[in-house]
Amino acid sequence: MTGTISVATAIPIVGASAPNNQPTPLTRGGGVPVSMHINDHSYQFNVDPRTSLLDLLRDHAGLTGTKKGCDHGQCGACTVLTNGKRTLSCMSFAAMNDGREITTIEGLASGDGNLHPMQQAFIDQDAFQCGYCTPGQIMSGVACVREGHAQNDAEIRDYMSGNICRCAAYPNIVAAVKQARDEMEKA
Amino acid sequence: MLPFTFERAHTVSEALAASAAAAPTPPTSAAFQFIAGGTNMVDYMRLGVARPSRIVDINQIDERSLHLIELGEPQIRLGALVSMSEVEDNAEIGRRCPMLTESLRLAASRQIRNMATLGGNILQRTRCEYFREISWPCNKRNPGSGCSAMEGANRQHAILGVSDACIATYHGDFAQALIALDASVEIAGKAGTRSIRLAELHRQPGNSPDVETNLHQGELITAIILDVPEWATRSKYLKVRDRESYAFALASTAVALDLAGDRVRDVRIGLGGVATVPWRALAAEDTLKDQVFSEALAYKAADAAFSDAKPRQHNAFKVELGKRTLVRALMEVREMKA
Repeated sequence: MTGTISVATAIPIVGASAPNNQPTPLTRGGGVPVSMHINDHSYQFNVDPRTSLLDLLRDHAGLTGTKKGCDHGQCGACTVLTNGKRTLSCMSFAAMNDGREITTIEGLASGDGNLHPMQQAFIDQDAFQCGYCTPGQIMSGVACVREGHAQNDAEIRDYMSGNICRCAAYPNIVAAVKQARDEMEKA
Repeated sequence: MLPFTFERAHTVSEALAASAAAAPTPPTSAAFQFIAGGTNMVDYMRLGVARPSRIVDINQIDERSLHLIELGEPQIRLGALVSMSEVEDNAEIGRRCPMLTESLRLAASRQIRNMATLGGNILQRTRCEYFREISWPCNKRNPGSGCSAMEGANRQHAILGVSDACIATYHGDFAQALIALDASVEIAGKAGTRSIRLAELHRQPGNSPDVETNLHQGELITAIILDVPEWATRSKYLKVRDRESYAFALASTAVALDLAGDRVRDVRIGLGGVATVPWRALAAEDTLKDQVFSEALAYKAADAAFSDAKPRQHNAFKVELGKRTLVRALMEVREMKA
């Protein structure tokens, strides 16, 4: 489970969070110890209780693929998988996720050089413009397919409605989810 | 966000012991809070509306009953820590009571439903924009400071169950289906376990909009219990809102109908988006019971449901919208196969 941090990981802003090393707390006062698996790596943190899971991922683990769009649970840009289910990382304190498995956009590809079918589909279907909502859309789309909620356009639109796209790439996002669904169901 | 201490409770006893140590405060300004899914609490803490100095995470409580859906006939017991999506996905519940399933599926977003627990969901606090923005006077947040919604932008606000102190809407959907079925809530406290009807859980604003429930300091909801009659297969949750998805109701209704031929044997109605608390439309039910069903009768029932409505400048449309939503739901439910 432990290993080197993948090349895609940016240098964390807050302390070093290499697997199994204690990070240097930058917050004054007490921190809460939190352990979790993120993208198949073990992490241990000590954080201010106010730290959201989103801020933990971005600033403490250096995984900046997950985006902060609204920080109020209204846009879906911060969508990650928590124990396999799609969740909003801004709406959860990091400390509430002790012992959980988190998958971010950085952890989606299998590591053999190929993109996940959903990532490939977003490229093939031109399903993003500015790209800011995109990691959240992709994570949400993967879960949507796995839940069995991508049967048809109407269902995809309904079950993807927690992810907002201000560039309005929606028709192409729907097309991408369908393409990925077909690929994922083959596997 | 103000600093707080964070602890995890591993049993109900631990959770209750932690809360017992807290000084009594009005719930809306409670210094001590439990946290489960966090989808309401984290939001209100980030807005500065909720300012607890101590948070106890109850997600790791190990008593299994809080995490289980128990399907009996006719009773269904739902653990308070079960997620909304888990109940949404339960096929048996969907078969026995579509309005329960739909009241969950049409709420929030799938991400939120994966995180949010049933106990937290029924305790959700109002979305009133003046409550949510701490620079505005608000009798719920700051008793006696006034209500900014009365003469303000009150399009989303309530027309039933209101008072001169507060017109904030209860926006939850699930509670409407629950109250229609006269569900009960099981509560653990330092004095032991007690059970009250959901209809007795929430308090209308009255003179004290800051006191939202009849939970005692430090009590913990452990389960929701409901009797689901066989005829609840003919039920529906209809939600009318500005968007087709991911928005709160302007008006909604949970309806279950027991028909013997054309005659109404029994009917249950919950109204959402229009009231300050989960709303059982008893006057409408009484209008329908033992009568031959017709659209005209449905309108008569809707008139009864809204006869006491107190509209403000921007939400008067909810009277007519609420009536038509109820009528439409009744007509659609009537067409369902039993």
